[in-house]
Amino acid sequence: MNIFGIKLPSMSSLILWGILWEIVGRLKLTFFLPPLSEVFSTLMQIGTTKVFLKALTETGYAFFAGTFIAIAVGIPVGILMGKSRLIDELLLPWVNMFLSAPLTALVPVMMVLFGFGMKAIVLTTTLFAIWIIVLNSRAGVMHINRSLVEMAHSFGASPMDAFSKVYFWAALPEILSGVRIGFIRAVKGVIIGQLLISIVGFGALFELYSGQFLMKHFWAVLLVLFGISFTIAEFLAHLQRKVAYYATQR
Amino acid sequence: MMRYRSYLITFLSICIVFGAWEIAGRIPVSYAFPTFTETIAAFWALLIKGTLFVAYFETLKPLVVGVLISAFVGIGIGLAIGLSRMSDWLLSPIFVVMQTAPLAALIPLLIMIYGIGLTSKVAVVLIMAMPVIVLNTGSAVSNTPASMVEMARSFQGSKRDIIFKIILPAASPIIFAGLRLGVSAGFIGAVLAELKITPTGVGDIITFSRSIADYPSMYAAIMSIILLAVIFLQVLERMEILLFKGRGRGHASEE
Amino acid sequence: MSNNTCDISNDNYAVTVRNVYKSYGDVKALKDLSLDFPRGQLTSLLGPSGCGKTTLLKIIAGLLPADSGEITVNGHPVTGPGPDRAFVFQDFALLPWATVLRNVAFGLELRGVSKSEREAIAEKYIADVGLCGFENSHPHELSGGMRQRVGLARALSVDAQVMLLDEPFAAVDEQTRRKFQEDLLNLVKHENKTFIFVTHSIEEAVYVSDQVAILLPRPSRVSEIIKPEGFRHKDADSIRRDPEYLDIVDRIWSSLRTYVE
Repeated sequence: MNIFGIKLPSMSSLILWGILWEIVGRLKLTFFLPPLSEVFSTLMQIGTTKVFLKALTETGYAFFAGTFIAIAVGIPVGILMGKSRLIDELLLPWVNMFLSAPLTALVPVMMVLFGFGMKAIVLTTTLFAIWIIVLNSRAGVMHINRSLVEMAHSFGASPMDAFSKVYFWAALPEILSGVRIGFIRAVKGVIIGQLLISIVGFGALFELYSGQFLMKHFWAVLLVLFGISFTIAEFLAHLQRKVAYYATQR
Repeated sequence: MMRYRSYLITFLSICIVFGAWEIAGRIPVSYAFPTFTETIAAFWALLIKGTLFVAYFETLKPLVVGVLISAFVGIGIGLAIGLSRMSDWLLSPIFVVMQTAPLAALIPLLIMIYGIGLTSKVAVVLIMAMPVIVLNTGSAVSNTPASMVEMARSFQGSKRDIIFKIILPAASPIIFAGLRLGVSAGFIGAVLAELKITPTGVGDIITFSRSIADYPSMYAAIMSIILLAVIFLQVLERMEILLFKGRGRGHASEE
Repeated sequence: MSNNTCDISNDNYAVTVRNVYKSYGDVKALKDLSLDFPRGQLTSLLGPSGCGKTTLLKIIAGLLPADSGEITVNGHPVTGPGPDRAFVFQDFALLPWATVLRNVAFGLELRGVSKSEREAIAEKYIADVGLCGFENSHPHELSGGMRQRVGLARALSVDAQVMLLDEPFAAVDEQTRRKFQEDLLNLVKHENKTFIFVTHSIEEAVYVSDQVAILLPRPSRVSEIIKPEGFRHKDADSIRRDPEYLDIVDRIWSSLRTYVE
């Protein structure tokens, strides 16, 4: 987008939307949308409160624990599926099923099995993130350029060497892309988990603020949440672009 | 032989999973973990009594309305984004943020604004399904092969011709795939709405049977909604393959 | 090319292929194929697509097993890939995440040669193929022709007696390809190695080869062996105008044209 010959950065229109928000807020058109500036000043106030920091650390803990399990289990399972046809045929239907299933419906199962607490939220996060990681790791291993495999073979690579020096790296871009999408899904999972279980983290905070009609507080927390998830997604996309040069020439 | 083998292994795989479920339920691993046969029996009971049909009529209402609105509005906005650089600059960032953000967090706000009725539930489905439809339509339209557009222009095709005879048909596989992902996200939204806002439909069966510790019915209801979603999405995917045969199916991007 | 004509034994041949059969399911790829590859010379495998020339090369490389028959390299039967052969791939098969230096040294790395030693050897071959100064570049920063020079340097650096080249110039542009062909002639002259070269270009085969084996398809067999010897001593520029060169190209075309669909 160019205006008067100046190229505008791609996300810059958000500033315009922010200004619009401020104006609508100032006009007091609706109770539900306080001016953006007031939301920010509220954010500054609550940003250091104990309640907020507790919610942040609890959510962060659930998020990282959940994605850690998803990665630690998902990547090896995906690689195994890519390497062994039998394992692939046994697992693929289930992976595909869970990939497109409305996993929200399983949150109540998590609740009754693991209690109304952190454990259930962590596992909900894992449940949201793991399937795409498995599927992409599998695809990464299956799409390794045939001639790279032959090259390693023709120079007499041992199976260990071939795996650690060639196969793993060749599959890495696709594995990373799975991890990236997995992270984005995990953010959604952790919030859905907290909303439904709603006694820890941001879920509890949303309940508190919306129950007392504290709109500025509510929007402040929402902005933090959106900001964090967008930053995570952009950071991972940046990492992936760094290795993209070799993903294109497989 | 190959075909036969793959069916056999799928069957084997299903047996292993359901068998493991049955054994885990018999041990039992948890008081809240019914066996597979108990769950199937409960499913059958829900089916016979007609409870399930009544429930799905309720559940599918916000889903269908929400997905239809998302489809019309989403494809419209997507077209604008793909065709005009101004609207791309203005609108894309909002949907990109929506796509990565955990929009479920908006539900308490939606309840405050629209109450606990159908409107709120439709709104949940909308915010879940819309971004993926908009973004896929937008990228499909702006990625129309340049040579095809140039071909139409060299034959003096009008702007209207180019949009309706070149760009839309060329973009349709990806738009359709985006719609499928939208439906998938819509299912998540519909279930979330029923569990979070007010228990109706399948969400009601889940919540109610959990409160009276009727775990087989709870598991049966959950299994039924997952099955319904998966089967419906499978049908959409088959349709996609059939419709766009030989065109290379669209690579819709989810996130 | 008559430096060791006095030798009468099999030592004349670096690679021998005897009665090799290979099928993929019901498709017979190679049928009773026998062929000898003279030591220190370049032999081309030429034929229309689907004639099994790459299959034969991969069998010699030990990348594919033959159904029956015997392949020997320096008198030893082939059971798999070995240090006596080095393969150059049509799509280069470079590691996109590694530098030129590591790519060239990769064959030695897999053989457990120490880092300093293998990098010294790699440096030499990088210079030999004319890529001085690109040691720390990555493949995506190089042109197609330069990438294949990396592939060639990697194959040369393991110092195998037999070089197997699978349509190595197919993915580079025409001018680069001509330069490659001239360089290959020099390489054959100066490196004391046996080259087996798969191509589908008649001109290329006649231009670079001491011996051209013409393979006909379905199932594959050697239909003819041509030794373009008359112009071998000429310099690179005048070969393409040599009447014998042109005659051989014409002759091969007339025998192959019926197989082109």
